[in-house]
Amino acid sequence: MFEFCADPSTLDTAPWFACYLTNGVHLLFYQSFLTVLILLAVTAPLALAFGFIGASASRSHILPLAWVGKLYTAMVRGVPDIVFFLFFVIAIDQALEWINHQIRCPEWDEPIRQGANFLVCQAAKIPLSSAPQWVHETYNFLIAVFTFAIVFGAFAANVLFGAMRAVPRAQMETAEAYGMTRRQSFWRILVPQMWIYALPGLSNLWMILIKATPLLFLLGVEDIVYWARELGGSRTSQYSYPHPDWRMWYFLALLAVYLGFTRVSEIALARLTRRLSHGQATAGGEAQRKATV
Amino acid sequence: MKKLVLSATILALSAGMGLAQERTIRMGTEGAYPPYNFINDSGEVDGFERALGDELCARAGLTCQWVTNDWDSIIPNLTSGNYDTIIAGMSITPERDEVIDFTQDYIPPSASLFAALSDDVDLAGGYIAAQTNTIQSGYVAESGATLIEYATPDETVAAVRTGEADAVLADGDFLLDIVAEDDDLRIVGDPVSLGGGIGMGLRDNDDALRATFDAAIASMKEDGTLNALILEWFGEDAVTYN
Repeated sequence: MFEFCADPSTLDTAPWFACYLTNGVHLLFYQSFLTVLILLAVTAPLALAFGFIGASASRSHILPLAWVGKLYTAMVRGVPDIVFFLFFVIAIDQALEWINHQIRCPEWDEPIRQGANFLVCQAAKIPLSSAPQWVHETYNFLIAVFTFAIVFGAFAANVLFGAMRAVPRAQMETAEAYGMTRRQSFWRILVPQMWIYALPGLSNLWMILIKATPLLFLLGVEDIVYWARELGGSRTSQYSYPHPDWRMWYFLALLAVYLGFTRVSEIALARLTRRLSHGQATAGGEAQRKATV
Repeated sequence: MKKLVLSATILALSAGMGLAQERTIRMGTEGAYPPYNFINDSGEVDGFERALGDELCARAGLTCQWVTNDWDSIIPNLTSGNYDTIIAGMSITPERDEVIDFTQDYIPPSASLFAALSDDVDLAGGYIAAQTNTIQSGYVAESGATLIEYATPDETVAAVRTGEADAVLADGDFLLDIVAEDDDLRIVGDPVSLGGGIGMGLRDNDDALRATFDAAIASMKEDGTLNALILEWFGEDAVTYN
C-alpha cells in the first residue's frame, strides 16, 4: 500500500501497523464489512416483502392461499435457523443444478446421485466450474441472501399479520361505509396505519438480523467473523507480518463494531417510531397530541 | 522402464490437453496450514502446495483455479462437486480412500510430533489437542489420552499456549516452524509415524483427471524437481524421495 512497506521487518511500531493494517488480507477483511452491509441492505427489504406476502396470504379469504401463508410462517419459525440454513442452501443449490441438468444434458445416462456424490454434467454446473472465483462467491452470496430473506420473512409475516389485526376495526368499518372495496380499504386504510403496530416487532427482527450475519460464515461466505479468526491467528515468519495470537483484539474490534451498529439502528428506529406515531390511536400518538395542545 | 514412464506421461499429458479445453480444474485447499498451504499477506493461496499445484497444472496443460474451504467439510464439498481436487496436506488413509481417490503421494510419509510447554507432560494420559478429522486426532483418540479437537490447525497450538491442552499432535513440518519461533513451546516425546504420505484427493469416478495428475507427479519425481521443492519449503532435513 505505502512505499515504505517493502520490507516490514525493518519498520518501527507505528509504520509497521500502518503497513500491517493495509496489507492485502486486511483489505479483504474491510471488504467483508461491505459484504455484511450489502447483505443487510438487500435482505431487509426482501424479507419485508416476503413477510408482507406471507401476512397478506394468511388473512386471505381464499382458503388454500391462507393455508400456504400459515404453513410458511409455522414451518420456518418452527425449525432452528442453523438447520434451515444448512439444509436449505444445499437443497436449493442441488435443485437448481438438477433442473439445469435436465435441460442441458438430456442424454446423460449416469445417475446424478452416486452415494455421497451429487454429479451433474459439466455444462449444468451452477456456476460453471470455469467461471472466475468472484462469480462463485456472488452465487453463494445470493443464495445466502435468499435464505436469510426466507427465514426472516417468516418472522416478519407473523409480525405484520398481528399488526394488520391491530389496526382499529372502526377504521375499516368507516372505509366500508364510504363504499371502498376490500382491496381499496386494504391498501388505503389498513396498510398505511399498520406500520406503527408492526414497528416494535420489526425493529427486534432488524436487531436479530444484524446479529445473525455471522451465520454467513456457515454458508461459505467469507464474512467479518471468518476474517477476524483468520487474521487474529498467530503468524510465524513465513508471513511478512509475524505476530502472536491476536484473536482477542480482533474479536474485541468486532464487538465494538456490532455494538456501534446496533446503537445507530436504535436511534434511527426511535426516530421512525416518533414519525409513525403521528396521529395514531396509540399511547405514543396520544402523547404527541397532548404535547401540541 | 524409464521409456515406459515417459510414454505414459506423454499419453496422460495429451489427455490433459483434451481436458483443458473443456474445463477449468478447481483446486481445493484449506489455506490455514503453513508451510503446506496458507493465505499470504496479499490474500492469495501460498505455500508448498501452491507451488506444487501450479507446476503440476503447467505440466499437465490444465487451467487451474485455487479455492479455499474449511478442513472439516473439505471432502463433502469435493464429492458434491464444488471443486475438483483436494490438495491440502491430506494424508492417504484407507478410510479416506473409501470415499475419495488419491493420486500417488507427493510428500513421503513423515513423522507427526508432539509440542508442549514443558518436557514432563503426560502424553499417554493427558489432554492432547489435534485438528478435527486428521490422522493425528484419530491416533490420539486410540492412544488413551483425552482428545481435544479444534477446527483449525492454529487453534490446536493456541490451546497449548493457553493451557487448555497439555500438548498438540500435528505434522512435524507444521509444528517445527512454530516451535522454532516460540521460546515457550518445545517438541516433546517420540515422533509418531502416521499415514501413507500426502496425496491429492479426487472424486472416485474422476479417473482421467487422477491419471493426469499421477503422471505429472511421477514426472516431477523423475526429474528431481519435487525433491527440490520439498527441500525449499520444509528445510534441509525434510524427507525426500530417492
